[in-house]
Amino acid sequence: MLSQITAITGLNLKSIPERWASSLVIVVGLAGVVAVFTALLAMATGFEKTLAATGSTDNAIILRGGSDAELNSGLSRDSATLIKQAAGIRRGADGKPLASGEMIVIAELVRQGDEKNGANITVRGVEPNAFALRPQLKIVAGRQFRTGLRELIVGRGVTRQFQGAELGKTLRMRGSDWTVVGIFESGDAYDSELWTDAEVAQTTFNRGGYSSVLVGLDGANGLKTLQDTLKTDPRLSVDVKNQQEYFSGQTKNFRKQIGFLAGVVTFIMALGAIFAALNTMYAAVATRAKEIATLRAIGFGGFPVLVSVMIESLVLAFVGGALGAVIAYLLFNNFSVSTLGENFTQVVFAFKVTPPLVVTGLVIALVIGFFGGLLPAWRAARMPVTTALRAA
Amino acid sequence: MTKTGFVIANLFRKKTRTILTLLSVIMAFLLFGLLQSVNHIFDAGADFIGATRLVTQARVSFTQPIPLSMQPKLEAVPGVARVAHMQWFGGVWQENTPLFVFAVDPVRQHEVYPEWVMPDAQWKAFANTRTAMIAGRNVANQYGWKIGQKIPIRSNIYPQKNGSKAWAFDLVGIYDGSDENWQKQTNTVFISHYYFDEANQFSSGRTNFFMLKLAPGADGAKISATVDKMFENSPDETKTQTEKDFNVGFIKQIGDIGMIVRWILFAVFFTLLLVVGNTMAQSVRERIPELAVLKTLGFSDGSVLGFVLAEAVALCLFGGVVGMSIATLFGALISKGTGGQFALSVNGWVWTTGLIAIVLMSLAVGLLPALRARRLKIVDALAGR
Repeated sequence: MLSQITAITGLNLKSIPERWASSLVIVVGLAGVVAVFTALLAMATGFEKTLAATGSTDNAIILRGGSDAELNSGLSRDSATLIKQAAGIRRGADGKPLASGEMIVIAELVRQGDEKNGANITVRGVEPNAFALRPQLKIVAGRQFRTGLRELIVGRGVTRQFQGAELGKTLRMRGSDWTVVGIFESGDAYDSELWTDAEVAQTTFNRGGYSSVLVGLDGANGLKTLQDTLKTDPRLSVDVKNQQEYFSGQTKNFRKQIGFLAGVVTFIMALGAIFAALNTMYAAVATRAKEIATLRAIGFGGFPVLVSVMIESLVLAFVGGALGAVIAYLLFNNFSVSTLGENFTQVVFAFKVTPPLVVTGLVIALVIGFFGGLLPAWRAARMPVTTALRAA
Repeated sequence: MTKTGFVIANLFRKKTRTILTLLSVIMAFLLFGLLQSVNHIFDAGADFIGATRLVTQARVSFTQPIPLSMQPKLEAVPGVARVAHMQWFGGVWQENTPLFVFAVDPVRQHEVYPEWVMPDAQWKAFANTRTAMIAGRNVANQYGWKIGQKIPIRSNIYPQKNGSKAWAFDLVGIYDGSDENWQKQTNTVFISHYYFDEANQFSSGRTNFFMLKLAPGADGAKISATVDKMFENSPDETKTQTEKDFNVGFIKQIGDIGMIVRWILFAVFFTLLLVVGNTMAQSVRERIPELAVLKTLGFSDGSVLGFVLAEAVALCLFGGVVGMSIATLFGALISKGTGGQFALSVNGWVWTTGLIAIVLMSLAVGLLPALRARRLKIVDALAGR
């Protein structure tokens, strides 16, 4: 039995080059399906990775109770001072609590290649500890902003995608000019932001307080201690979240939407591809009807014929799937785009074609190949020998 | 047999093949219709909005509130007939569903937006009830709200003076849109700005947007420039643009999704081209002797080309129209299922692009086999060379 299967399969596969045109239909069809699927999910993965990398488990973010995102949050100066004194906060090199009161406002920048429509960019006013709390953040060009001056440092993602934020340029916000003095890179969501001194931002934007306070946690129990302290303080109404938890919460909607889009598009395309595969395999069986009948006549069984047709279909599907994954990788891996995040500001991120995505894509291709091959294989196995021999 | 009959008979000489090819075409155009209507939302989502209104916001970004005291100054600009204002409330319905809620001046809203249609008694109730809210037809239907109900809405931005973020409003009216396009936009809840302004904890005398209704014949571009000039170098610099530009900008915030959709369309089409092209090529290859017989009988080269091309057109046209029809149906279902929140409409524009795609595709897959049929030499074809 096994030798029969090997013999017929070998015969089938070796003859593929002679009928490459129709076999190409399966390959290209599945390449299309897998490329689209992989690209869409690579987008979701990239977004998720960017935000997940942003959060450190060593830090906690404190927002006004019930506000979910920094944009909606607001803490008075007094509350911020209270928070910074709470138990559970790690101490910095200077012996003071490692905490940064931060204030965000939104500024409109124009996308590269666009003319008039602005996109929302986060402007974050930070205190000096902000840099100690985010060791991944490095200034790659220019210099740090000076306290008390209207100077900005700009995330790498922003300079790449939006106009007017290059080194040395001046941005106009709320009647005053801000100079871009540095460019920073952090490999996460902060790359989509403009940073400046918190005090300067507060006076310019006429805000008394902060949007959030970011603190370093003291040991494994830090979060618990901090939450207990702040929750029981009657003067405060705040939410305390692990920084990583906060950012991964922000990807939920996006993942859901992209997942839905990927699902619908892949499903419809896959149906189309199954029909194409069926077509091709039927044709492959039909053109070799005589050959198959001859094999049957000289004693090969129906089952080996069925298996061999299925294998041919699966091999073609696999090649197509692999091709699709390669195309998705070449075109889209690290392809940088931006979209709207929970703070109603742009998050710049890159597509990530990861191994699990490629594997899922290949599995989908094989499933399609299986269904596309099943009926023609069944037909080939059951074809009456005499009819087939007489045909054509 | 008529010529049409001949083409159809040829199409169905291999039933399985034709039906499978048709199904592939149908799937591709189903996807085309749906994706193209998504694309349309990003490309031209604001086409129906006329240029009769301008939107003024803070120059730095519309999330930055601007003082209501600007209103009389704006209304004094020649060419501006009436000014309304809107403030984002950060509404949340039940657990976690964001809701479009804006605080507005009821009377001004009615005057500046004739597109929102509601009985006069309800407009009056909106103006005269302190805690009033009105809801668009779509959102009211989606959550089953009835006039007279008290609707609890949380705000994730504004606490009340007592610190609670739970608000409640009396639903006094449900508005419709003046035409089909505006009806699709009835996803918004309006609450009275007067109540909001005095009851909330920290925002007072501010708003996010002013909507400037222009007098007939007024020059929008000139007025925009005048307004922005007026507030230049003040702490509250403004940016004024047409309502249409504002909406397009808002949609563009979602980012590069439009481009992704175009990539998918490209992939779908390339794949489809290959599938159908292969079927046509195969079917012509198989029929070479027959085509030679046709020529022998006296059919011209041109009519043989016509037969083959007609098959390609028939295949693409039938599959395309069926696929687009299913897409239209699906779009309507999705639109209805999400209560109009995701207004996916496979409209005239999408159909037009679909028909263009059908024509292009027929030519792309039919032309080569048809030309091959036309060039056939009778003697060679009959001899099987």
